Amino acid sequence: MHAESQIREPLILGNKTYRNITDDIIAPIEGKANRLWYILFTISALGFMWGIGCLSYTIGVGIGAWGSNNGVDWAWDITNFVWWIGIGHAGTLISAVLLLFRQKWRMAINRSAEAMTIFAVLCAAIFVTLHTGRPWLDYMLFPLPNQFGSIWPNFNSPLLWDVFAISTYATVSIVFWYIGLIPDFAMIRDRVVKPKMKKIYSLLSFGWGGSARHWSRFEEVSLVLAGLSTPLVFSVHSIVSMDFATSILPGWHTTIFPPYFVSGAVFSGFAMVLTLMLIVRKVYKLEAYITVKHVEYMNIVIIVTGSIVGVAYLTELFMAWYSGVEWEQYAFLNRATGPMAWAYWIMMTCNVISPQLFWFKKLRTSLAFTFVLSIVVNIGMWFERFVIIVPTLCRTYLPSTWNSYHPTFVDVGIFVGTIGMFFTLFLLYSRTFPVIAQAELKSILKASGEEQKKLAAEHGH
Amino acid sequence: MITKNIIHGIFSDEVPLIEACKKLRSSGIRINEVYTPFPLHGIDPIIGVPRTRLAICAFIYGLTGLGLATLMMWYMMISDWNADIGGKPNWSYYFNIPAFIPISFEATVFCAAHGMALTYLLRCMLVPGARPKNPDPRTTDDKFMIYLELNEEQSKKADEILRSEGAEEVNYKGTLVIEAKY
Repeated sequence: MHAESQIREPLILGNKTYRNITDDIIAPIEGKANRLWYILFTISALGFMWGIGCLSYTIGVGIGAWGSNNGVDWAWDITNFVWWIGIGHAGTLISAVLLLFRQKWRMAINRSAEAMTIFAVLCAAIFVTLHTGRPWLDYMLFPLPNQFGSIWPNFNSPLLWDVFAISTYATVSIVFWYIGLIPDFAMIRDRVVKPKMKKIYSLLSFGWGGSARHWSRFEEVSLVLAGLSTPLVFSVHSIVSMDFATSILPGWHTTIFPPYFVSGAVFSGFAMVLTLMLIVRKVYKLEAYITVKHVEYMNIVIIVTGSIVGVAYLTELFMAWYSGVEWEQYAFLNRATGPMAWAYWIMMTCNVISPQLFWFKKLRTSLAFTFVLSIVVNIGMWFERFVIIVPTLCRTYLPSTWNSYHPTFVDVGIFVGTIGMFFTLFLLYSRTFPVIAQAELKSILKASGEEQKKLAAEHGH
Repeated sequence: MITKNIIHGIFSDEVPLIEACKKLRSSGIRINEVYTPFPLHGIDPIIGVPRTRLAICAFIYGLTGLGLATLMMWYMMISDWNADIGGKPNWSYYFNIPAFIPISFEATVFCAAHGMALTYLLRCMLVPGARPKNPDPRTTDDKFMIYLELNEEQSKKADEILRSEGAEEVNYKGTLVIEAKY
């Protein structure tokens, strides 16, 4: 156990004991869901079902059902794909990068952030599998031996790098999440009394016992997985950005894309974590663990990444002018003043101006304001991807191919469906899984608990 | 033939448990295992748990992944069907290395992470359906336990130490008969 400076604010409020933490984390699992949960679940499930309908319709009639057209062949599908993958990045960042930096405040939020990562990657996967047009042939994305004259996918193409990056990212995230979950499932197994629940959780807990040898291996595995996930998370969104950056289209063909996409991803991911955590702490009464200080820390990450995104936007504009390439200049002029300028200015307002409001301490410690702003940021980040993709494809090199774009109800339906799916999964998760990594949280109780810190101050050490 | 007592020393806090472990070890008693609700930092050297070699495994798995990815891309792009895509022919691996770096990296991470996770689960015998390994279910909640297997003489000494260090309970859970092997 390490003593912690009194200057640091406590991360666990009130006079909690180890038993209290167990009770608070298990309460949503053992207890009955309240009305608010059922209302949210019904809305999300309805959205999800509508999405499944639109998805089936697309598979039935083909992607002609979408608004995408000859010029604008990537539109809502890839916008949504990049948006969801970006949202996923915060989970890995919180659990991996903050672990490497020994940030204790990650412990209250990492479990849910990782769950969010996995659900967001699932949503993203829907768009990549559908956008190929014939999803039943998607196995051709993988380098499988075949009878077509042994034709292999092109390993020089960022689109194939993406297949490998996303598959690695999804599976490694699930494994990282599950390994952390095992001790917490064991805690639930040892606590629940209903025989059916006991059986399910003992199956899920893999027989965990918490011996010193196992804990020492557990910590080593967590550390190495964090070390592997950190470059992985940067590589994933860098590769996603290369899907655009390695093309020759003005507006896409820029070397700034990888860092710009990665910081944008972390920016939107943290906003989504905030949206979810502010609901979770209220619905499940976890205010003692997910404190205002946690929210403030996340808001600081939002200022930093939001500012990087802002600088990237301005750099793009500057480079378009400074490069002297008239196509590049036109692409940006078209984004800012063309027919879809409204989208550009929504993006600019939501992503560049709004996070700067968090410089005021009063605003970044206000939960209501944070909640609203977290949604604003995600709207902005959706528009960022839309602005990069659609206006660019509407105005490419050949004016005779210039085009416009309107989404159809199917585009909207699938997008709403993925949002529904995301929240459906998250709501189910929050009632059956330990939403906070309680084992890790117990390990910081002595150093970072409010009452424990007070006692340490009184005893003068 | 040796008869040993199985002793569970239960604590409600980790600090006295660590103190008790130190005392037990210094009086020559072997600590079989310690069960705790969360990882106790610094307990491994006290109770004599060697550092795990899982990280070395991960490194080897990573190198394997890198090797497999290189072999795959060399075979598919260079050897089996070297296509000329966009005026960029795939005639040698060396000239195409920049394009192969991302997948080499992903495969390294893929194999290192999954290989290590599987090794960890199997090494700890954590498999679906396995029996709970903690002898007392309270140790995943808020209790800390020292698990001992000792002969009569040592049992008395251990009992004394455990109680004086503030163990809440010292439970005797039957005996263990160890047959001489030769």
